[in-house]
Amino acid sequence: MIKAILIFNNHGKPRLSKFYEHYNEDTEQQIIRETFHLVSKRDENVCNFLEGGMLIGGSDYKLIYRHYATLYFVFCVDSSESELGILDLIQVFVETLDKCFENVCELDLIFHVDKVHNILAEMVMGGMVLETNMNEIITQVDAQNKMEKAETFIFQSTRQDR
Amino acid sequence: MALKIVKGSIDRMFDKNLQDLVRGIRNHKDDEAKYISTCIDEIKQELKQDNIAVKANAVCKLTYLQMLGYDVSWAAFNIVEVMSSSKFTYKRIGYLAASQCFHESTDVIMLTTNQIRKDLSSPNQYDTGVALTGLSCFVTPDLARDLANDIMTLMSHTKPYIRKKAVLIMYKVFLKYPESLRPAFPRLKEKLEDPDPGVQSAAVNVICELARRNPKNYLSLAPLFFKLMTSSTNNWVLIKIIKLFGALTPLEPRLGKKLIEPLTNLIHSTSAMSLLYECVNTVIAVLISLSSGMPNHSASIQLCVQKLRILIEDSDQNLKYLGLLAMSKILKTHPKSVQSHKDLILQCLDDKDESIRLRALDLLYGMVSKKNLMEIVKKLMLHVDKAEGTTYRDELLTKIIDICSQSNYQYITNFEWYISILVELTRLEGTRHGHLIASQMLDVAIRVKAIRAFAVAQMATLLDNAHLLTGNTQRNGICEVLYAAAWICGEFSEHLENPAQTLEAMLRPKVATLPGHIQAVYVQNTAKLFATILKSQEGNADGTTSEETTQLMIDRLPLFVQSANLEVQERASCILQLVKYIQKLQQKDVEVAEEVSALFAGELNPVAPKAQKKVPVPEGLDLDAWINEPPSESESEDEQPKAIFTKEEPKHSRPRHTEVDEKELAKRREARKQEQANNPFYIKASPSSQKVYQDAPGVEHIPVVQIDLSVPLKVPGLPMSDQYVKLEEERRQKERAEKKKKEKKKRKEKRSGRGKKHDSGPESEEDITPAHMVDIVTEEMPENALPSDEDDKDPNDPHKALDIDLDKPLADSEKLPVRSHRAAEALKSPVEDAEAENAGPQESKKKSSKDKKEKKKDKDRKKSKEEKKKKKHKHEEKEEDLLGGEADEPVGQSEEPSEVAAPPTSTTAEVSDLDFWLSNAPVSSNTQEAPTVAAAAAAATPTTPTAPSVTAPVSEPDEPKDAEMEETKSSKHKKKKQKKEKEEKEKKKKKKHHHHHHHHGDGGVEESVQNGTVEEDEPLPPMSNYCLLAENAYIKMMGEDADQVCDIQGNLQDGSQVVVSVIFENKCSSFLKSMEFNVLDSLNSKLQRPEGSGPHDGLTVPFQLPPGVSNEARFVFTVQSIVMPQKLKGTLTFIVKNEDSSTHEKLDFKLHFTCTSYLITTPCYSDAFAKLLESGDLKSSSIRLEGVNMPFHHLLARICFHHHFSVVERIDSCASMYSRSIQGHHVCLLVKTSAQTVSIDAKCDEPTLLGNVLDEIKQTFSQC
Repeated sequence: MIKAILIFNNHGKPRLSKFYEHYNEDTEQQIIRETFHLVSKRDENVCNFLEGGMLIGGSDYKLIYRHYATLYFVFCVDSSESELGILDLIQVFVETLDKCFENVCELDLIFHVDKVHNILAEMVMGGMVLETNMNEIITQVDAQNKMEKAETFIFQSTRQDR
Repeated sequence: MALKIVKGSIDRMFDKNLQDLVRGIRNHKDDEAKYISTCIDEIKQELKQDNIAVKANAVCKLTYLQMLGYDVSWAAFNIVEVMSSSKFTYKRIGYLAASQCFHESTDVIMLTTNQIRKDLSSPNQYDTGVALTGLSCFVTPDLARDLANDIMTLMSHTKPYIRKKAVLIMYKVFLKYPESLRPAFPRLKEKLEDPDPGVQSAAVNVICELARRNPKNYLSLAPLFFKLMTSSTNNWVLIKIIKLFGALTPLEPRLGKKLIEPLTNLIHSTSAMSLLYECVNTVIAVLISLSSGMPNHSASIQLCVQKLRILIEDSDQNLKYLGLLAMSKILKTHPKSVQSHKDLILQCLDDKDESIRLRALDLLYGMVSKKNLMEIVKKLMLHVDKAEGTTYRDELLTKIIDICSQSNYQYITNFEWYISILVELTRLEGTRHGHLIASQMLDVAIRVKAIRAFAVAQMATLLDNAHLLTGNTQRNGICEVLYAAAWICGEFSEHLENPAQTLEAMLRPKVATLPGHIQAVYVQNTAKLFATILKSQEGNADGTTSEETTQLMIDRLPLFVQSANLEVQERASCILQLVKYIQKLQQKDVEVAEEVSALFAGELNPVAPKAQKKVPVPEGLDLDAWINEPPSESESEDEQPKAIFTKEEPKHSRPRHTEVDEKELAKRREARKQEQANNPFYIKASPSSQKVYQDAPGVEHIPVVQIDLSVPLKVPGLPMSDQYVKLEEERRQKERAEKKKKEKKKRKEKRSGRGKKHDSGPESEEDITPAHMVDIVTEEMPENALPSDEDDKDPNDPHKALDIDLDKPLADSEKLPVRSHRAAEALKSPVEDAEAENAGPQESKKKSSKDKKEKKKDKDRKKSKEEKKKKKHKHEEKEEDLLGGEADEPVGQSEEPSEVAAPPTSTTAEVSDLDFWLSNAPVSSNTQEAPTVAAAAAAATPTTPTAPSVTAPVSEPDEPKDAEMEETKSSKHKKKKQKKEKEEKEKKKKKKHHHHHHHHGDGGVEESVQNGTVEEDEPLPPMSNYCLLAENAYIKMMGEDADQVCDIQGNLQDGSQVVVSVIFENKCSSFLKSMEFNVLDSLNSKLQRPEGSGPHDGLTVPFQLPPGVSNEARFVFTVQSIVMPQKLKGTLTFIVKNEDSSTHEKLDFKLHFTCTSYLITTPCYSDAFAKLLESGDLKSSSIRLEGVNMPFHHLLARICFHHHFSVVERIDSCASMYSRSIQGHHVCLLVKTSAQTVSIDAKCDEPTLLGNVLDEIKQTFSQC
């Protein structure tokens, strides 16, 4: 099970947070902060696993993260997930973002956090991995966006994003 | 109205959308909070509007703010509104917001049930998808209950996109509403073989997640998963399955054996590191579950270790980390194979990555030996000095102590060295583990008598330099060490060189700044020291020293009498009075030393940590009974049980607590001060006493220089541990030299005799003798300690509720709640219910009809032989299906439990299927031996229609498991058991090569034994159906001895076949071969012989017996009538082959076919049983057994085991049992017991058979 997925930048600013278990807002912020502290002080070329300890869950849980340019992608998972598998999943996630946003950068995540959520929802559901095939994910995301466009075309014409 | 809408949309144009909000926040970096609060006000305005677009926009913004940590639960209702919009765009926004901020206690969730149901059944798949995604995040028990049925329907949706989401969300539903698991499980299982890989993966995911928590319920799925594992190419699925198998193998070792080969293949073939790693992990789990004693698996271990070494050596830090992680798992069971990679692991200790260093530290635990302990610890000590973060350093500290103290200080050869290591560790600044060091010091000093003098000297120095440890408040963790030091100096004060000096050190005013519990120990131990000093000075004519000491005590103790700590105060005042009294006596020149030291006489022995728990409760003592009536609630709450003897406990938790509570304490203190100040009745504490309590520089104003050095301190006078390493080296060398000398001498003496002994070569473990006679005092245990190692699980674990038996057929009550108008056709019986639940795809229906057909055939057993043969083929076909992996559908579940004539229900079907599947496990692992045996089998057992190839699936239903059960049950009777085990093992190897089609399906025996014993924990005595058949006295005379043991059992498949298993055991020192087994046929029973052989030819036993080996062969007999027991005469001829000669020998025996052997354990459900009794075609009979002196469950187990019955129902001391003969006679028993009398009422449609069976039962119990 995946317990939480966090994306934050090099300064610890949250760009996306998805908790698959309920915490109140303050705890969530604290978790993000502490995770950032743990992750950010690690060198570039060390392993991508961290024992989070008391942070979330307990000893059964691990933080698995990847650092891309200005962003950290952190997954908090328990022992039923394969460590290397999750690393691959992060890669798939980022590549999917890259496809959907065309050369994704932090700004895309800042302004379109809802879209990122929608993409993530096609990959992970309720803490369990739903789909790992990038093409399948993109197909579904595109289909939904198309539907949305069709609706917006009718009901809202003026405003455009960005 | 229209105007309003237009106005709304115009307004909307000027609303901020999410992008504007984000931009705004970025532009207001300085006053972000203020900006956001104005935004929230705007949002609130927007939410008040009717326009759903505006609302959705607002909710979208709220979702963003939620991420930034703002509580948006106030907008929950608006979120629900947006969720229920008909537009997908808004719906999605609503569900996203809900998934981010709804949780179980959100009350508006109740309102969503119908909306979600509507969305779930929406024609648009994305509406459904979005609802499912949202629901997965905020599903509550109520929602789960109300929607379980809808979601279950979606599991068979036409779109795989919906199916996979529905399958995944079922896990959440199960968690919240465990009752749904059983009804939904069959369909979930179907999804394992869904054509869409995504759905399949989801189903694997869910079942793995379920099985991880309650693995035993999912063992029956192992064959299915095995098939998936060998067929799937999706690495995700493979990883999940392999992980799942890792969880299952500990429960079923046979599974492990079966797995090793395919896993090894995967390890060799896969290029995906993640898959490779998981395979290695599971192989490790398998090896652990198989434990040792499997020589042919050392190759697998070697393979794993090799692969892991490659991972660890990889430049990718991730692989390195994982390699170490997996290595530590191997370490537990196969430390030797890991030890050879010590170099690599020590190297990892120097890695710059902390995660990796920690993992390497874990491994170090298993690396140490007597030889290298000092060296490794020395290295760790260097790391301690270098370590920058406290967490890592603390980790190092605990590891050092762990490593040294493991298995009762097994690897420590020099305790002086260890003590000095401990002392060196006290120099760590700010460690939290002071208590750990302290308890080690205490433990060593108490348990290693030889070290006490040294330890006391060290501790005295520590006490003398206490200011170095306590000087800095940050170091308070370490002052725990003083607790140990003071106690050791006091308790073993006879070893002190200068007790007066130590006493002085312990009475320094600075001591008063220590924590209370340490002060208390100080005070108490000064008294001990005092006693020692008095005693040593007793002989002296001039009593000034003792008088001086007394005076010192009297001078210094008042400081402690003033202590705020109750314990300290009490002890101090007691001792002060005592000393004053002694002073008086001294002035009168009375000798007091004897009396004073009598206060502390007697030695303290270490007590094992669990000793208290293990004291058995005396008979007749009810600990739960009230001695007095319980006091009222409120009172009892205050009186929390206080631990008296667990001084250690509070210390463990202290450091953490203080950190957490510090703020709160300060707050409370503030509040209390306020209150006190305002309270006229409160007498304010005088400032001076408060000073003592807190942190004052002492009463006597001694200027204390605070030393705070970052450089490791050198406590003067303390030897460095390094010194010992050198000393030890020298000592060992000397020892070795001496030994060599001795050996040389010996060799010289023995030169004329045998060849040379093994050279001592490199120093081996045993050669290192401890430096001094170390006598590790074992810990005391109460005399009749109970072995109790209970592992208590967390009762709050939500997964506990999911520990549900999934193989039981569904009951009527177990239906998912369906909205009333849907449940139009009421279902009549559990059978149909179960079927209905299965209904989904047509396959299962087809299957059940097929089953029915088969059962019909079962019914008409007695029909012509031709038909019989056909049926047999059918059975074989089914067998092939199951094993060959061609079967499309899972077996079981669809069979009908209530059909009386066909009792094998799904439960047994599944259990035996599993057994059945597992039974060919040894085929793969024993391939080397197989061909020869197979050849022999093929030649010798002509009853086997085709010579079985090695891979041919063969059944071997119950015996191995039987043996395992006995293993677990009987810890005694080892000898017997071992023999049996051996037999079983042999059986396993052999059985598959002959007669395989005959003993398929009689998989009920272990079932029945379980039936009788499930609830009881008491061990059952081992039982065996094997009885001695014949022993050859003649051969014995010649020093040879062969005996046979046999077990006769009916065959389920064939109404007229009985299988006799005979174990041949060669007890002599010669080789037995060419064994021939022959039985004189009677009219009723005939030995089945290969076609073409005459009626008097013997059967060749398909093996030879080397000395001391036993093996089993099976022979099939055809029986006409089964109502009477009968005896058959037989002969075994064999050749005894010695080195120089060989002789023909003969052994006569009698085979006793009891009526019991015609019975086959067949489970029966109570309703079917009742129907059977009601039918009235059964004749009854009964017996009474007197003087049966055994627990009822043993009795039942015996009947089950020896007479092939199964328990239908058991109520207290009454049980109904059922069995069926190979020709389909029903036998029902009602067993009652009172005192020592057992009465058995029996019913059967064949009275003669019944009479005989009852006689046999009687006989069984008369024998024991």
